[in-house]
Amino acid sequence: MIELVDLHKSFGDKVVLDGVNLSIAKGESMVIIGGSGTGKSVLLKCILGLIKPTSGQILLDGQNVERVERDAFLARFGMLFQGGALFDSLPVWQNVAFRLLRGSLKRPRQEARAIAIEKLRRVGLKPDVADLYPAELSGGMQKRVGLARAIAAEPEIIFFDEPTTGLDPIMAGVINELIREIVTEMGATAMTITHDMTSVRAIADKVAMLHGGVIRWTGPVEQMDNSGDPYLDQFIHGRAEGPIEAVR
Amino acid sequence: MTALKPLAALGHAILQLLAAIGRVAIFAATSASHVVRPPFYIKEFAYSLMAIGYFSLPVVGMTAFFTGGALALQIYSGGARFSAEAVVPQIVAIGMVRELGPVLVGLMIAARVTSSIAAEIATMKVTEQIDALVTLSTNPAKYLTLPRVLAATLVVPLLVGIGDIIGVAGGFAVGVGQLGFNPATYLRNTVEFLEFSDISSSLMKGAVFGFIAAMMGCYYGMNSGRGAQGVGKATKSSVEAAAVLILAANFLLTNLFFSA
Ligand SMILES: Nc1ncnc2c1ncn2[C@@H]1O[C@H](COP(=O)(O)OP(=O)(O)OP(=O)(O)O)[C@@H](O)[C@H]1O
Ligand SMILES: [Mg+2]
Repeated sequence: MIELVDLHKSFGDKVVLDGVNLSIAKGESMVIIGGSGTGKSVLLKCILGLIKPTSGQILLDGQNVERVERDAFLARFGMLFQGGALFDSLPVWQNVAFRLLRGSLKRPRQEARAIAIEKLRRVGLKPDVADLYPAELSGGMQKRVGLARAIAAEPEIIFFDEPTTGLDPIMAGVINELIREIVTEMGATAMTITHDMTSVRAIADKVAMLHGGVIRWTGPVEQMDNSGDPYLDQFIHGRAEGPIEAVR
Repeated sequence: MTALKPLAALGHAILQLLAAIGRVAIFAATSASHVVRPPFYIKEFAYSLMAIGYFSLPVVGMTAFFTGGALALQIYSGGARFSAEAVVPQIVAIGMVRELGPVLVGLMIAARVTSSIAAEIATMKVTEQIDALVTLSTNPAKYLTLPRVLAATLVVPLLVGIGDIIGVAGGFAVGVGQLGFNPATYLRNTVEFLEFSDISSSLMKGAVFGFIAAMMGCYYGMNSGRGAQGVGKATKSSVEAAAVLILAANFLLTNLFFSA
């Protein structure tokens, strides 16, 4: 259970998050939508402690995350970065199995490799990519390797920053199903950022829209279409005209 | 008011400098504290030993050889002005071992190793690989900084030792081949003249310079700004800082070892 209470973040004078309140229940799939540059990635990074919020609280199971033990905290999370963030000095399989090759979750090398290849298969990649380096892959393949890395250690809470961006429609479908599966079968809590409305409908239990530094609307995905909120309507129908300015 | 402006600017610059020194010191202390806290990344350490030590040998060897040779020529022609040509072996040995060996190797390491560490870590930073490390429960200071700094501190003295020997060999080659010294005499003069403290100070300087070179690479890499420009700036600043600090440290160490 993750709870964000009045979260603020500014970079210099630039206010990005201006009082975000949001809670995500255990085992729930929350999708964050919102215009480009509204601070969705910043929000995820704040929760993980990669960016320090200016003010506000982040609670995990009721405990302030600043006070919990960092290693134990991070061991519960997996994260797919928007840009993939693969380690370019390591081959694909060592990227995927990174956590399984060192630290508290360390396994024998062969076993870690087998798990990596299995996770690659789940994101639609053949075993022969395992020994390539990230620079030898296409953008969409890199994204999927990042996804495989995020789920490799089977974390309880997984953040996906635009998991289907740059993928073909079929592969996007595969990834949507995978994320859904991880939530329903493994009981993981997921927070996904996406601009792809098909993806939203396929993945989400709940949707939250970030706009102007606050959560403009949040609710179950079924209510998204008749929320009556002009901002949300404009966004999900992709209209150029409406309360959200096109130039930001 | 206006009269005070230069003073204010000076004060500001000094405060900035002190703040920077503080930041580097904190960075170094945090990195060093990981020496005693497991886990240790042995593979990264071994890789750094190779990258910093082994692969620097060619450039270190060439630099030392040519410098030793040039030194022999200079001392010969300079010494000729007061009929002191015979001291070439001794002065080459002292010059190489005490000063030029460590300083040149240090500067070559700053050029070769500091820049590559800074560029690599800065690129990792701007492509979010450092963030990814953190989310994968891996401390970047432990995984990236410590192996590099430790490897450099241990292996640069070795490089300096090798540089010293090759530098003396460069002097020997020129002395014997071009200046007509007797090989046996040249060698005997070199070996008999050098003292243990000359060599130990040389290696100690190497350790300090290795530490500075790797630490500056890591510090500027980790604190890189955004984008390609950020990487470029981090790399440039790291080499500048490493070179200046190495020369400053050399002055201090020389004072410490030889002024008394
Ligand atoms: N490290 C940083 N320093 C300064 N500004 C930043 C930093 N990180 C993000 N920002 C700013 O914060 C704002 C939000 O960025 P963020 O990456 O969260 O957007 P986003 O909602 O994820 O957009 P997109 O959908 O395009 O990925 C942007 O205007 C960006 O310029
Ligand atoms: Mg983003």
